[in-house]
Amino acid sequence: MPQSLHYLKETPSQTAGPYVHIGLAPGAAGFDIYGQELGWDIAGPNAKGERIRVEGVVIDGTGAPVKDVLLEAWQANAAGVYAHPESQGDVEEGFRGWGRVITDFATGLWGFDTVKPGPVAGRSGALMAPHINLWVVARGINVGLNTRLYFSDEQALNAADPVINLVEQEHRRETLIATRQETDTGVVYKFDITLQGDGETVFFDI
Amino acid sequence: MNKPAEYYQRDREWQPPAYSKDYKTSVTRSPRYAMISLENTVSEITGPVFGHNDVDAIDNDLIQNYAKDSDPIGERIIIHGRVLDENARPVPGTLVEIWQANAGGRYRHKKDTYLAAIDPNFGGCGRTITDENGYYFFRTVKPGAYPWRNWVNNWRPAHIHISVFGSGFVQRLITQLYFEGDPLIKQCPIVNTIPDPNAIEQLVAVLDMNATIPFDSIAYKFDIILRGRRSTLFENRLEGN
Repeated sequence: MPQSLHYLKETPSQTAGPYVHIGLAPGAAGFDIYGQELGWDIAGPNAKGERIRVEGVVIDGTGAPVKDVLLEAWQANAAGVYAHPESQGDVEEGFRGWGRVITDFATGLWGFDTVKPGPVAGRSGALMAPHINLWVVARGINVGLNTRLYFSDEQALNAADPVINLVEQEHRRETLIATRQETDTGVVYKFDITLQGDGETVFFDI
Repeated sequence: MNKPAEYYQRDREWQPPAYSKDYKTSVTRSPRYAMISLENTVSEITGPVFGHNDVDAIDNDLIQNYAKDSDPIGERIIIHGRVLDENARPVPGTLVEIWQANAGGRYRHKKDTYLAAIDPNFGGCGRTITDENGYYFFRTVKPGAYPWRNWVNNWRPAHIHISVFGSGFVQRLITQLYFEGDPLIKQCPIVNTIPDPNAIEQLVAVLDMNATIPFDSIAYKFDIILRGRRSTLFENRLEGN
């Protein structure tokens, strides 16, 4: 017998279930318990760059909106720096770059306010287009789903993005791109996530 | 600067598949196309950083953090263990959040209509930051089993939902803790989304008499394992040339 590797195994994932709000957004479950709920302010007051809103729905395989989703966002600041010691550079005070948001129980609509991130250095120095990393959990989702949100007004950078270009079928790349809209209240990017079926969003095994 | 090392890939044979026919809600919420495998970039190896300013000291005590006029009803328990990675290294300073039903199997949630009573002294959520050894603990009451709509007569085993971050977004994990000896575990379609019986055992907390507090609380130990990380950097550069 050769030596043993002695690695541990990653704890298996289980669905977040219908009551994920109790743990991660208790106000939405209907009660007030913590001094502060986490994840409601992604960019903070001092972040430079364009203030944007991102909105969408999550759609199931029958075409219906999913109304018990929790999404988390992870993004760099406008200079392309993550609020993490392994990202080179500094972020503005109060910029965390992480947020969580839930879908409306009646409509399935979700949305968050943030700043538009800048491009980030990818592997081997290839620049990645501005993007927000998204993680989707809900009842019926056994392992959280990872995808990326890119921006429709970054056509040149998107076309060269090494991650978008991993998607062989070019029409599926569109599922990763949020559509910019100029509204009375500011810039809104629309980004629907389709879990299954026609227009199924590209998910990444990261 | 040191080049950051990649995380081990997630073992998709160990993790549950997206589609599990006996867990009905997964049928229309599971992607049909294959995921695109993505080698780690800085977007994946980084993740939110939390500190003690984010939580209050009482947040990990579910017996007290929502108590109004007395302790909640139920079997007093301690859940404790370590957050480790697949290399058995502690994951310090990471946020652990839990939520659960009360002792009667009822959630404090506007969408839960189960006939079991709400406990006015029990909120059902807690959170903490692991210490320098990756150690965490919670005090709570043991949750009750409850029925759910899947087949006509499905009952969830007693369980506590756990959310963990780790150091990079690739380690993000939500799971459920079950209790040693519960006969409902092996019948549960959600538990059985996990194909490997050894993986299911990893979700079963073990009675820990050494950590039990006499005449106060029974303890269960539950270690949480997050994805590990390479220590050799050869041909593993994420950026630069």
